[in-house]
Amino acid sequence: MAKMIDRPSGLGAQPTAEFEQQRERWESAGAFRKPRKGPGSGALDRTISDLPLKALYGPEDVAHLDLARDLGYPGQYPYSRGIHPYMYRDRLWTMRQFAGFGNARQTNERYHFLLAQGQHGLSVAFDMPTLMGYDSDAPQARGEVGKCGVAIDSLADMETLFDGIDMGDITTSMTINGPACIALAQYVAAAEKKGIPRKILGGTVQADILKEYIAQKEWIFPPRPHMRILADMMRFCRDEMPRWNSISVSGYHIREAGSTAVQELAFTLADGFAYVEAGVNAGMDVDSFAPRLSFFFNAHIDFFEEICKYRAARRIWARHLKEKYGAKDPRSWQLRFHTQTAGCSATAQQPENNIVRVAYEALAAVLGGTQSLHTNSMDEVLALPTERSVEIALRTQQVLAYETNATNVVDPLGGSYFVEALTDEMERQAEEYFAQIEEYGGVIEAIEAGFFQREIADASYRYQRSLETKDRIIVGVNAFERPEDRGEIELLKIGEEIERGQAQSVAELRNRRDAGTVGRTLERLQRACKDPADNVMPHLIASVNAYATEGEIVQAMVEVYGRYTERAAF
Amino acid sequence: MIRPLRVIVAKAGLDGHDRGAKVIARALRDAGMEVIYTGLFQTPEQIVQTAIQEDADGIGLSILSGAHMTLFPLVVEQLRAQGAEDIVFFGGGTIPPEDAEELKRRGVREIFTPGAPLSQIVEFVQRECGKRRQLVG
Repeated sequence: MAKMIDRPSGLGAQPTAEFEQQRERWESAGAFRKPRKGPGSGALDRTISDLPLKALYGPEDVAHLDLARDLGYPGQYPYSRGIHPYMYRDRLWTMRQFAGFGNARQTNERYHFLLAQGQHGLSVAFDMPTLMGYDSDAPQARGEVGKCGVAIDSLADMETLFDGIDMGDITTSMTINGPACIALAQYVAAAEKKGIPRKILGGTVQADILKEYIAQKEWIFPPRPHMRILADMMRFCRDEMPRWNSISVSGYHIREAGSTAVQELAFTLADGFAYVEAGVNAGMDVDSFAPRLSFFFNAHIDFFEEICKYRAARRIWARHLKEKYGAKDPRSWQLRFHTQTAGCSATAQQPENNIVRVAYEALAAVLGGTQSLHTNSMDEVLALPTERSVEIALRTQQVLAYETNATNVVDPLGGSYFVEALTDEMERQAEEYFAQIEEYGGVIEAIEAGFFQREIADASYRYQRSLETKDRIIVGVNAFERPEDRGEIELLKIGEEIERGQAQSVAELRNRRDAGTVGRTLERLQRACKDPADNVMPHLIASVNAYATEGEIVQAMVEVYGRYTERAAF
Repeated sequence: MIRPLRVIVAKAGLDGHDRGAKVIARALRDAGMEVIYTGLFQTPEQIVQTAIQEDADGIGLSILSGAHMTLFPLVVEQLRAQGAEDIVFFGGGTIPPEDAEELKRRGVREIFTPGAPLSQIVEFVQRECGKRRQLVG
């Protein structure tokens, strides 16, 4: 035992002679082994993201790590082991199922159902026209209304969406980016109409525009003016909405677009740093807004790699915020994150198998210390989820939280040779990406050069090839197929009547409201867009309150800022 | 020398999911075809115009936003209106089986759904676009 304290600050203990002999015996056993052949055996030495793996990890793999510098204690810098001292013993993660489809009335009914089943917070999925800034009766919206989420054209729809729900009591996450500032304005206006002041509203608006240019492609304005809008939002939230997260910096969509885990980690944190710099450049103290930045990661199927990704993310964020950006408030150093299981890991074949995948992915998110979680429904790869499949997905979280006891010990994998070594390797590779991005001159410049887009497309093609060669196996897709059982589960369909009804109601709204007020508020909004000393948020709230539609507000802003277009490449 | 087959890979509507489209574009290119990727947010009119201007043998349209029952038929309609029905029109995305059957009845040559092997898609395009080339020259 005396040997253990030879390197008091290090994670790897000095090996004794006996331990060295044991290691030699293990290594010599390797000479006689017969590695597994057949499906999936081509990928034994790589994670799903192509990180190299060894058969076994030991003290020598973590000898360079310093206990205080690299691990510390939960709730303390650098937060590798979690942001709270007692994690889930004190408070479980928020079970938050992303939902939205059809019109606001239908989605409102689903929200009441989810809250009745024990869900803690709401998460709004908007339809494509809403995400791209078009009203339901715009020609660009044809065929898309209510399909991927709920159609929200104006404050009237937002009021219906939260009908009968206490907006002062729940927290809400809104997954919207290009027009995030408008959705936030609608949310504030809807709450205030019910007499709930904006200062008690809790929740998140995604608003992460950089990953739109990188991966998800739901943009409206070009990057530079959009960064100004975000600085306005951060300032507005700092001053008026202390419980609101102004940006949810998202790796989820980067991963879904085909990136590796390291790319997800590195590109997301690089985006986070870009928002910090935007806030600082707009004259705000880093500690006045950084605590309101939160994160959103994917939970993919490579179990340990995902856990290490979350641990590395916390450590990188803490180090950069403290050391590079000079943040002094520990809340600025703490990376808080939401997790969603990987849509791209789900299969249309034998869809019930997705229940099992989701359970493993959810376990990884919890072992990685997530603050909130969405578990995908088994049928989401085919269509919007039915009520039945959403319930199974929520129950999956409840089984994890209340039956498995995985929540009783803080960071239970901390100190694992493998987990610590892989966490460290992912941090190292992320730092390499930061240096590359720096060489381009920053995130926006790297986007304009197509750097991220190329890296992701290369990675997704490599992955697809590994499925073709069966180096990697997806059960039911390239092995263990049963072709006859496709499409036998019940699917939720959104009918054409939703589009007609929504288009009609937005047209009626335009006739009903006071057109003069709408025109005046939009004019003031345009003036604010041109004046960098002004803040667009109060003007957006005024426009929304006048029942200007989302499409009209976006059009007014596009007249000032223009619309972004991407140079397409593959 | 025979000109290689030329295929348009297209994204329509407001759907930004371009992972599949890019993977297919690369796979077709690796198989020796000339591939033109339209980029995002194209209208059915623009897609068919591009195919005609580029003298393409095939159009592959990718839709993952649920708007497939609207956008696929609009492309078919445009191909008919432009007298370009010989262009092999196929597609892919998150499309339930009964919708795929209906789209095939309405003139889409083939629909590939998630999990379809790249080799199967490449073979289909080579075979069908090859037939078209023999007929049209």
